[in-house]
Amino acid sequence: MSAFWSAWITVITLAVIIGCTWLLLATRKSEKYKETTEATTGHEFDGIEELDNPLPRWWFQLFIGTVIFSLGYLALYPGLGNFKGLLGWTSANQWEEEVAHAEEVYKPVFAKYASLSIEELNQPGNEAGLKMGQRMFANNCSVCHGTGGQGAYGFPNLTDKDWLYGGDPQTIMTTLINGRRGAMPAWGAVLGEDGVRDVTNYVLSISGNEHDAAAAERGQTQYNTLCAACHMPTGKGMAALGAPNLTDDVWLYGGKFEQIAHTIRAGRAGVMPAQKDLLSEDKIKLIAAYVYSLSNN
Amino acid sequence: MIKHDTIEKNVGLLALLIIIVISGGGLAEIVPLFFQSSTTKPIEGLRTYSALELEGRDIYIREGCHVCHTQMIRPFRAETERYGHFSTANEHVYEHPFLWGSKRTGPDLARVGGRYSDDWQRAHLYNPRDVVPESKMPSYPWLFEQKLTGKDTAAKMEALRKLGVPFDDATIATARENVEGKYEIDALVAYLQALGKMHTVYNNKR
Repeated sequence: MSAFWSAWITVITLAVIIGCTWLLLATRKSEKYKETTEATTGHEFDGIEELDNPLPRWWFQLFIGTVIFSLGYLALYPGLGNFKGLLGWTSANQWEEEVAHAEEVYKPVFAKYASLSIEELNQPGNEAGLKMGQRMFANNCSVCHGTGGQGAYGFPNLTDKDWLYGGDPQTIMTTLINGRRGAMPAWGAVLGEDGVRDVTNYVLSISGNEHDAAAAERGQTQYNTLCAACHMPTGKGMAALGAPNLTDDVWLYGGKFEQIAHTIRAGRAGVMPAQKDLLSEDKIKLIAAYVYSLSNN
Repeated sequence: MIKHDTIEKNVGLLALLIIIVISGGGLAEIVPLFFQSSTTKPIEGLRTYSALELEGRDIYIREGCHVCHTQMIRPFRAETERYGHFSTANEHVYEHPFLWGSKRTGPDLARVGGRYSDDWQRAHLYNPRDVVPESKMPSYPWLFEQKLTGKDTAAKMEALRKLGVPFDDATIATARENVEGKYEIDALVAYLQALGKMHTVYNNKR
C-alpha cells in the first residue's frame, strides 16, 4: 500500500474515532443534570411532553467502551494502513497455522497407513483406515458413485465385481490418480439406422437377452468389423481400454434395446476426473482401499 | 461546548454530521481498495472467458445460482480441505459483477471446474436427484431445450472490455459463431468447468 493511502486510512480512521468521542462528550447532558429530573424539553403536543434527561450512565459508558475497544483493536490488529498491528496477525498466517497444526495431528495417522498395501488395509485391524477412506469417499466421490458406491446411470457401480478398467488395487489407484476417459465412438453415421438395430440385437444376444435372431446374425458381421477391436470378438471387453464386457448383462448406460442402440448410435464418453491435483497420494490410497473393500470384503 | 439541542434543532447540521460519520467507514475501508494492486492487478496468467463460458456465466446469473452457491473460499482449513486454495481478490479482477454470493445452501463453486465430468454436470442440472438422491437443488430441464442465439455475445464482450477485461479482437469477432445454436446447458457446463481453472497459480491439492 502506498504511503498516501496508508496515511489516508490512518487519518480517516482516527479522525472518525476522535470525532465520535468529541460528539459524545460535547453533547453530554450529565454535566447539567446530575440526577434524573422532571424537566422537559419544552415540546408539547396533545398534552404529551418530552422529558429532558441525560443518556443513562451505563449507556454512555457503553459508547465510551466501544471507543476504547476500537483503539485496542487498532493497536493489536492491522487496521491503520500499513501498520501491521502488534500481534502481526494476517488471515493467511492464521490459515497456515491451522494447516500446520492439522498436519502435525494427521500426519502420523496417515503415516501409519502409508506403509500398508491396499490388501493389507483390508485385513482386520485396519478398520479405522477404511473408515477414513469411507469418509473421504463420501466427500469426494459419492456425488457420482453414490454414498454407498452403488453408482448411478452413467456412473459405475463400485460394489459389484464388474470393472471397466480392472478392480485390482493398483488399477484402482491408477484410475483415481489419473482419471479415466471413456471413448466409445458414435457409429450412427457408419452403420445407419438398420445397422444400429442389427448390432444392438447382436449385443442383446451375447448378453442373453431377448433379441431378433436374424438381425443379430447380420449384426455379428458388423460387430466383428467395428466393435471387436475394443470389445473383443467374444464380447468380453478389454480392461486396458475400459471397453466393457457386453456378455455379463451389467449396463452402465442401461440394457434396454433403445438404450443400447443410443450408445451405439451416439457413442459415450464417460469421464472419471483425475484426483492427482486434488488429493494427496495418502488420501487417495485410503479411498482406493475403501473402494476395494466394497467388492472384496 | 456544542449543545445537543443545537444539533437536534438544526437539520442541516444534523445531516452534515451524519454524513461525516457514516462516510468515514466507506472512505477508509472501501475507497483505497480501488487503488491497491492486490485488488486491481489480475493474478498471473488469469485468462478471460470464452464466448460460450461467458454466456454460461450469464445463465448462472439468470438462474440465480449465486443465491445458493458462493464462489468465495474463506481462509479456513475446513474450507480449503474441501474446496481448494482460498479465494483471493486478484482472481476476480475480470469479474463484472463478481459472484461471491453471500450464503451457502449448496457448496462453494469457486473451484468446481474439473471436479466432476461434463456428463455428471448435465445429469445433475437436469435433475439433481438422479445422481444425488438427498439433493434439494432445483431441476433445470429447460436448459436442455433453449438454444443460444449469440446475438449479444460480442456486445457483452465489448462492454466488459470497456471495464478492463482484455478480450482480444479475434475472440469478439468469433463470439457469435462460437455460441449460436448451442444449448444453454452446454454454455453453463462450460462455465462451471472453467471455475477455478482461469489460472494455474494455486495448488489445490489437499
